[in-house]
Amino acid sequence: MSENMNLKLKIWRQKNAGDKGRFVEYDMENVSPDESFLEMMDELNEKLTHDNLEPVEFDSDCREGICGTCGLVVNGEAHGPLRATTMCQVHMREFKGMTKLTVEPWRTKAFPVLKDLVVDRGALDKIQQAGGYISINTGNAPDAHAIQVPKEASDLAMDAAACIGCGACVAACPNASASLFTAAKISQFALLPQGGPERKRRAAQMVTQMDIEGFGDCSNLGECEAACPKEISISNIARMKREFVGAMLG
Amino acid sequence: MKLDSKIPSGPLAKKWDKHKFELKLVNPANKRKYTIIVVGTGLAGASSAASLAEMGYNVINLCINDSARRAHSIAAQGGINAAKNYPNDGDSVWRLFYDTIKGGDYRSREANVYRLAQVSNNIIDQAVAQGVPFAREYGGLLAHRSFGGAQVSRTFYARGQTGQQLLLGAYSAQMRQVKLGKIKLYTRVEMLDLIKIDGRARGVVTRNLVTGELKSFTGDAVILATGGYGNAFYLSTNAVNSNASAAWRAHRRGALFSNPCMVQIHPTCIPVSGDHQSKLTLMSESLRNDGRVWVPKKKGDKRPANEIPESERDYYLENKYPSFGNLVPRDIASRNAKEVCDEGRGVGASGLAVYLDFEDAIKRLGKDVVTEKYGNLFEMYERITDENPYKQPMRIFPAIHYSMGGVWVDYNLQSTIPGLFVLGEANFSDHGANRLGASALMQGLADGYFVIPYTIGGFLAKVGASAINTDAPEVKDVEKEAKDRIERILNIKGNKTVHEIHKELGLILWNYVGMSRNKKGLEKAIQEIPKVREEFWKNVKVTGSGAELNKSLEEALRLADFLELGELIARDALMREESCGGHFRTEHITEEGEAKRDDNNFTFVSAWEYKGENQEPEMHKENLEFEFVELTQRSYK
Repeated sequence: MSENMNLKLKIWRQKNAGDKGRFVEYDMENVSPDESFLEMMDELNEKLTHDNLEPVEFDSDCREGICGTCGLVVNGEAHGPLRATTMCQVHMREFKGMTKLTVEPWRTKAFPVLKDLVVDRGALDKIQQAGGYISINTGNAPDAHAIQVPKEASDLAMDAAACIGCGACVAACPNASASLFTAAKISQFALLPQGGPERKRRAAQMVTQMDIEGFGDCSNLGECEAACPKEISISNIARMKREFVGAMLG
Repeated sequence: MKLDSKIPSGPLAKKWDKHKFELKLVNPANKRKYTIIVVGTGLAGASSAASLAEMGYNVINLCINDSARRAHSIAAQGGINAAKNYPNDGDSVWRLFYDTIKGGDYRSREANVYRLAQVSNNIIDQAVAQGVPFAREYGGLLAHRSFGGAQVSRTFYARGQTGQQLLLGAYSAQMRQVKLGKIKLYTRVEMLDLIKIDGRARGVVTRNLVTGELKSFTGDAVILATGGYGNAFYLSTNAVNSNASAAWRAHRRGALFSNPCMVQIHPTCIPVSGDHQSKLTLMSESLRNDGRVWVPKKKGDKRPANEIPESERDYYLENKYPSFGNLVPRDIASRNAKEVCDEGRGVGASGLAVYLDFEDAIKRLGKDVVTEKYGNLFEMYERITDENPYKQPMRIFPAIHYSMGGVWVDYNLQSTIPGLFVLGEANFSDHGANRLGASALMQGLADGYFVIPYTIGGFLAKVGASAINTDAPEVKDVEKEAKDRIERILNIKGNKTVHEIHKELGLILWNYVGMSRNKKGLEKAIQEIPKVREEFWKNVKVTGSGAELNKSLEEALRLADFLELGELIARDALMREESCGGHFRTEHITEEGEAKRDDNNFTFVSAWEYKGENQEPEMHKENLEFEFVELTQRSYK
């Protein structure tokens, strides 16, 4: 059992998309190292409500690292300090010895702030809509074993498919590129025989949509991979670039 | 009220085909004249929205999340059942049907469950075609594993993220239809009420969770695919935003609510660590394939696990249930964990936990194999507890996980309100008193991909297409009620937060309506819950306004409904004077301490009718007829 912590929190508050926003400081005392970061934020909100103040709005849902809803920048790091972990799974013990934490939303033009720490990530859905699917209607499928997929390909596809669409890759990238997100989806389908027929079209359309949504270019800095809670490999971006060039050359 | 389940006549194996043939069809060119509102984007919501749009219907699809991909189906870990019999181990549609009926302790409909088993194989085919990366063997074919309550290996999986991959498959199909303009998708929108016109469900009133704007959507039919009500208990494995309000609002408008006392308590969750706890995290049941459950033989033995010699450990599941061992169904595993903890043999600081030990699995299979099978689960466990399950056994304890009960639906998945269909966890239909592992994904997708596309056509063809103006007085009335409810909550300006009151409700439910129940406790719950409800309406405190993003307000609206539903759960549990599946009444046990059903008096589905605020609801019965299966005492010994 380690000791409880006292913290000064510097949190981004912004009334709505039109508001300029500012940092506000709050004190949190006697925080258990065994509670999660979001549970600590819950406690802060309970306190604010009792003080007749508006709680700090932040997104979260499953609180077990799979839905991709949560996401904060803590002390400059997307999803906080723990590698391969979403914000909801970071526990206060990770901040042992620290007294001050700065909490910000994902910051990028393509994800406008809606309120406080809540952002609009609809642009990622638009990329998916541009081609992140195999065009097959319900009821048309052949028997599952009619399609054999080598285990290696299947495992690699699963590595890419593990993306939770949280947007940390964008938040961590100095160019605010959504390349890792887009590449993960393109790779999943490019690696599987089922994805073959639409392979070129998909790569061309999804990459184009990424640009339309206002995301930046990839300059191979690797910040996305480091911030990714699901450890999606940057090699997917290389694959996406090959797929895209292949599509452009016909 | 006479409940007509509309089960087709004839042999079990032919019912669905016969019914599909007899259902009226909507001509392909006429489908575009109909609008269907789908509330929810989980497995059932996404799969139905996509399938209906592909067929040509106009679909309006709503979800409370910021993206359709985030619905809580995503958190299902272990797998999805199907009767493929690929392992050649004797599986069949009949066996999957039989296991599900038996696992549900004979409190579900034969015809629905048989259909579920029949279409299970189509789901796997569909998902593979969509590019869902299921686990595969070196030969390139699909891998599978076993799950609780079955002696065959029929569970398909994608690492520990099967729900995620199946949901993303359905989501991809849904996004394709959004792009094609056949689905109009609205995210961060919550259904506040159901609009009924001339007795038919014709739309929903919603609140935009960003701007607070109230807006109504109308159409020819409404589908609720809004999940379960486990969060009534405050702590559960559900996502923090999962709620029962859509289903409860439909109930208040006349949809009967069935078997609310049938909630599933999942045996393998990470134990509570303190008051700050906001939710409980599940460890997939698949861990019980290789993990061994035990507690010390001696009461109050506080030695670390590795200092307790083999001879002083009680592998109570293996000892008590030799043929199923650690793979007994969930209700039995949960109850036994509670029993050993009640005896004072629980482990960890709170004494409210049992061990799930992988030492033997690591010795037998090697660490690499264990990592490949369960690596992400082990990591998750360590992140939360700061303990390494490769070196010391996991500590687990049961938690509220799934609701078998839900809105009553007939064979067509239609509720008692014409035009209101309910799919997935939100309905009551397939799991009886206990759901088997890896069957939730199966049911959600069966309903969405392969049942509703047929049955809704039968309804629509009969009523014909017609539009409802959102300015109609019936629509405006419901909008006004929703607006008034919001204002009422904001004007209370009391002293307790939503979470504080929700915790009070949760504690009553967990203590008296949880893993084991008795008459006295249930009566107490029925007395106490209305007091908490009164406290809420007098003393809740929600700051901020209704015209902006305000999560406390969202949670308050949901809690108001849980406070009504919670009482119904207790009433249903009190009424059901027997033990079955997840419903365990301490007055009704066999000599060996197992659940004792009363088939003579309780082979029915309860269906409660709402009678007004603070009025006692009225119970109706749908008698369950077992034509093809013999009711036996469920034994896993």
